[in-house]
Amino acid sequence: MNKAAVKKPESIKISYFNQKLLTAPYLVWSAAFIVIPLCMIFYYGLTDKSGAFTLENVISIASAEHAKALWLSLLLSFVSTLICLLLAYPLAMILAQKNVSRQSFIVLIFILPMWMNFLLRTLAWQTLLEKTGVINSVLSFLHLPTLNIINTPGAIILGMVYNFLPFMVLPLYNSLTKIDPNVVNAAYDLGANAVQTFLRVILPLSVPGVISGITMVFVPALTTFVISNLLGGSKILLIGNVIEQEFTQASNWHLGSGLSIVLMVFILINMLLTAIFDKNGEGNAL
Amino acid sequence: MSTKLIDLQHITKTYGDNTVLDDMNLYIRENEFLTLLGPSGCGKTTTLRIIGGFEKPDQGVVLFNGRDITNLPPNKRQLNTVFQKYALFPHMTIAENIAFGLKIKGKTKAYIEDKIKYALRLVNLDGFGSRMPDSLSGGQQQRIAIARAIVNEPKLLLLDEPLGALDLKLRQDMQYELIRLKNELGITFIYVTHDQEEALTMSDTIVVMNQGYIQQIGTPEKIYNEPENAFVADFIGDSNIIPSTMVRDELVEILGARFACVDKGFGTNKPVDVVIRPEDVDLVAPGDGTLTGEVTHLIFKGVHYEMEVTANGFEWLVHSTDMFPVGAQVGIRVDPFDIQIMNKPASEDEEAVTIDE
Repeated sequence: MNKAAVKKPESIKISYFNQKLLTAPYLVWSAAFIVIPLCMIFYYGLTDKSGAFTLENVISIASAEHAKALWLSLLLSFVSTLICLLLAYPLAMILAQKNVSRQSFIVLIFILPMWMNFLLRTLAWQTLLEKTGVINSVLSFLHLPTLNIINTPGAIILGMVYNFLPFMVLPLYNSLTKIDPNVVNAAYDLGANAVQTFLRVILPLSVPGVISGITMVFVPALTTFVISNLLGGSKILLIGNVIEQEFTQASNWHLGSGLSIVLMVFILINMLLTAIFDKNGEGNAL
Repeated sequence: MSTKLIDLQHITKTYGDNTVLDDMNLYIRENEFLTLLGPSGCGKTTTLRIIGGFEKPDQGVVLFNGRDITNLPPNKRQLNTVFQKYALFPHMTIAENIAFGLKIKGKTKAYIEDKIKYALRLVNLDGFGSRMPDSLSGGQQQRIAIARAIVNEPKLLLLDEPLGALDLKLRQDMQYELIRLKNELGITFIYVTHDQEEALTMSDTIVVMNQGYIQQIGTPEKIYNEPENAFVADFIGDSNIIPSTMVRDELVEILGARFACVDKGFGTNKPVDVVIRPEDVDLVAPGDGTLTGEVTHLIFKGVHYEMEVTANGFEWLVHSTDMFPVGAQVGIRVDPFDIQIMNKPASEDEEAVTIDE
């Protein structure tokens, strides 16, 4: 009798201890790779080379060169996000329809490129778009005017749209499949035509997916430096390139961190807007 | 008399290899409360969706007041639907939900305001206009769905198992509510359900369906008392279905004993099925009945006792307010007009199904 009475609380204690133990790797992980780097960015960003507190690194975003890069980043990310949205919405609507066999085929076509490395795909675009690249070779062979798109903002937008489109399609698809088909039928039943049904019922009900998709495209587009490096040449500097150069070439971690803090503020604003519009967290469940 | 509001002619619908409706013909008169009744997969919902315009038949035409509407999209049809799970617009208030159809039609603000008030009063939900659908109970949402449909003053209201998701008490209340609405508004109702009690309570006409075929069309009394085949007899309420022989007009041999009946025209010595409702079996003292049997089961059901009586190798289901204990010998007697004679099933869809067992 005593044995049983003693054993029970012990086993509970052990399982409680085990639970805590199990979370340890995640705590270590987030401390080592999230919390500490963040603290370091804030430390470097708010100090100068002698270690004294300064806001100069952050304020330097206002300098002509940095402000231009930030403005261009915002503009290109915005345009890319908009194009992604316009391309993804009809596609997500087709996917959300019932026909299963066709649906899985389209999903496959979309997911297939995602299995390949993002850098490889962007490099492939570079090869395709180059002045003497694949596309221009074909065009000149056919005696057609050649494209001059590489190293322009257009090429960067193309790269962003190509790489980030799936991140727009998936949340949209997710929120569209959650709409009860009978709610759509009810709109038709009450006299609404296809356009009215879309504007008054389908679109408002897909807002969580739209917001989530915008975040998932806009944030990586805003911070990218690889796409602009490969497809924009060295002439077009986005804010991501500026920060990258401060770290790798100028070795000015203080300025790089300061600009990163500014960029973080923009991302936080975006997240905040997402949280306001997507109260149910519907579009986020990928 | 009243005209045909909906006329379905030779409707056939298949999904892949599965024929859901096969050459179906049915008309619905103005001001009728017609119920499509049958087990799941019998084609009743498909029929409703074809009338609503959400499905196109592979063959056949749909006439509305004599006009062919087979290819007319749902938004151009003068009818409204109440969907199975209410299908309210979750992002709109109750008032906006009700106003949806009226706004599309471009009615004036004052007219819409009036209609919302009228509709909310009609479904006993005064003052709910500014609430959101998810803050309402299932029964309230269902009533809003009905209100949303009827403010458009449709000639025909289609209801797709609208009470299926509600609990028993609420379902019964809503049944009376629907009958009241129908009488107040003078709209034709087409109602789809698999619940035979619901069908018997509310309908003017019941259409019993199975496997894509209409089994019987008739008033609730006719369907219950004079089922045309074993499927209908079995699906509508409990019944004893006994293979028998029609000796001659007005005389049938059931389990070796001869019973007087009122049916004629089946021929002589013809095998038939006999339907006797459990409440129509009279238990009397042994020797006083046409057959003698022994009580094998007894259950108290509240209003009546349910007994099983084995007589001549058949288990009779009996409902009676008189109680006979298990093991008691009883006589079985059936009044002539309580015996319903049916032809043997000609096809699979006419056979009785044992859903409960």
